[in-house]
Amino acid sequence: MIKTTGLAKDYVTGAGAFHALRGVDVSIDPGEFVAVMGPSGSGKSTFMNLLGCLDKPSAGHYHLAGRAVSEMRPDELAAVRNKLIGFVFQGFNLLPRLSVLDNVALPMLYAGAGHAKRRARAQALLKRVSLDGKTHQMPNQLSGGQQQRVAIARALVNQPQLILADEPTGNLDSETSHEVMNLFTELNRDEGITLVLVTHEMDIAAFARRRIRFLDGKVVEDTGVAA
Amino acid sequence: MIFPSLIGSAFQALRANALRTFLTMLGMMIGVAAVILMLAIGEGAKAMVNQAIESMGSNLFIILSGASTSGGARVAVGSRPTLTYDDAQAIRKLPLVREAAPVVPGSAQIVYGNVNWSTSVFGVTPEYLTVRNWEIESGGFFTESEVRSGARVAVIGRVVARELFGDEDPVGKIIRIKRSPFQVIGVLSEKGQSLDGRDQDDTVMVPLTSAQQKLFGTPFPGAVRFIMAQGESERVMDAAEENITSLLRMRHRIGKGEENDFTVRNLAASAQAQAMATNVMSYLLGAIAAVSLLVGGIGIMNIMLVSVTERTREIGIRMAIGARRSDILWQFLIEALTVSVMGCLIGIILGVGGALLVEKMAGLTVVVSVSSLMMATGVALAVGLFFGFYPARRAAGLDPIEALRTQ
Ligand SMILES: Nc1ncnc2c1ncn2[C@@H]1O[C@H](COP(=O)(O)OP(=O)(O)OP(=O)(O)O)[C@@H](O)[C@H]1O
Ligand SMILES: [Mg+2]
Repeated sequence: MIKTTGLAKDYVTGAGAFHALRGVDVSIDPGEFVAVMGPSGSGKSTFMNLLGCLDKPSAGHYHLAGRAVSEMRPDELAAVRNKLIGFVFQGFNLLPRLSVLDNVALPMLYAGAGHAKRRARAQALLKRVSLDGKTHQMPNQLSGGQQQRVAIARALVNQPQLILADEPTGNLDSETSHEVMNLFTELNRDEGITLVLVTHEMDIAAFARRRIRFLDGKVVEDTGVAA
Repeated sequence: MIFPSLIGSAFQALRANALRTFLTMLGMMIGVAAVILMLAIGEGAKAMVNQAIESMGSNLFIILSGASTSGGARVAVGSRPTLTYDDAQAIRKLPLVREAAPVVPGSAQIVYGNVNWSTSVFGVTPEYLTVRNWEIESGGFFTESEVRSGARVAVIGRVVARELFGDEDPVGKIIRIKRSPFQVIGVLSEKGQSLDGRDQDDTVMVPLTSAQQKLFGTPFPGAVRFIMAQGESERVMDAAEENITSLLRMRHRIGKGEENDFTVRNLAASAQAQAMATNVMSYLLGAIAAVSLLVGGIGIMNIMLVSVTERTREIGIRMAIGARRSDILWQFLIEALTVSVMGCLIGIILGVGGALLVEKMAGLTVVVSVSSLMMATGVALAVGLFFGFYPARRAAGLDPIEALRTQ
């Protein structure tokens, strides 16, 4: 599913170049559930943004589902973000002026799906995350955990093969965190969706079957797939 | 299939900032209203001239006594009127002239029973009807021999008929013009206003000779105040004018280098000149329209740039979930277009309302044509596209990750 070789990212700032990632070699198979850990500033988010085709590496290669991402044109990258990948952010990143239903359906709009199809699928996914009572609410009328479930429903709406979640429970209390993690586990187990998830917390990482630890832009520990 | 939802979300975004949206539309509204008003007044002036020319009779010359000045004709004080009935007859015979009619105009008090009415009285020949393209509504018109004998008969306009006779049939009745009895033998059909705003139906026509001898007695027998002549066709008007001029110079024995003692005027040409005055007003409106559309467009661009900056994060989110650059481009372009088209629609309402107001208050004829509405809409779309494109392209060109990091 994912294969990076020598992946590096430099941020050029006024004070010179900062090496946020220094040669990361990671390979993740379809259906894996990976937790990415490491101290603050170790490059986890930088890595996730590269995996999500939101940013471009300074060096190295990234193959996603067998294709070299560096060779994709902007519209192809958009299509990959739209259909292949579902992104879940720490800050939810819902559009505040759209209803819950419209937020969930939005990726389908960019995929070119018709109105009726979008509604039906978004409804079904909101039911899946137990939010079918909230379809016409606005995002700011929901609790953090509910908003994150809306974001997960949105990430799922185009049936992605890969879900990337950057500290999805970072803004949630531990009980809600576990609800969200149970949902992720189900998705991984029942639908075979590949999951890569950044977290600081051990109990969250314990849901995953493999842990990759970052330090100063390098992978310092990779448990591999646990038996 | 993405467009209906784009329009929907454009409205949503614009409603979220209703006041700002309205202010942005102002320039567009004023511009479009000015375009509509300008075209309505311009078209109206054209229609009015055409209608007036038509009611005057087509391809007309008016030949006046006296030399021409810039404004019209001048007759030296004490000098005799230079045009005669015989001049008119000679002009009639010119090959490029279809018809010519001598006229002796005046004004008089008309009395019928105990009603009196003062109006303009024209001494004319039967040719006058042909030249003026005028019809008889009831009764008849006087004949050549009645003109020769100076018969006391009159044909009256609709207004005179109404004022003097009400519902009564005027034909056969005796009226008094300057105390002389005349028998009404016909009523003219309705003609409406002339170009200078006179009501042409407020008139009485009598045989030329009767006017000369009995009403507006002149010391110069046979003299007429002016002659109306009709050219054969629009194409020969210039040649006809030359022929009339040289004929009259010969008849009046005007030597080489001497000034004409008459003036030939092409009425259609002078009507058009008059219409130009109205056009000045519409050019002025055109300038206002151009400036407000430009200012409106810049306003749209300005607000769209602000909007792109404010919504950078939204753009980042949309890109992260799969929006293509073209999707973002269209989103903002459609927003700009929505503003300009809404401004345009309100502008059309204001413009049409303004045109009706101008018609009522200033008494100008206005014509709001479908093509002017389409043109205004087209201009609005073009302005929206032109000034919306740059901000939209800037939004579409944002880097997804940079946009997402913006708070
Ligand atoms: N846009 C940027 N410009 C400059 N430096 C950046 C930028 N983004 C990240 N960095 C730097 O790169 C390093 C890695 O950042 P990154 O966000 O990947 O860390 P992280 O592991 O996700 O940390 P956290 O756990 O706090 O989220 C940090 O030192 C950060 O300061
Ligand atoms: Mg991070």
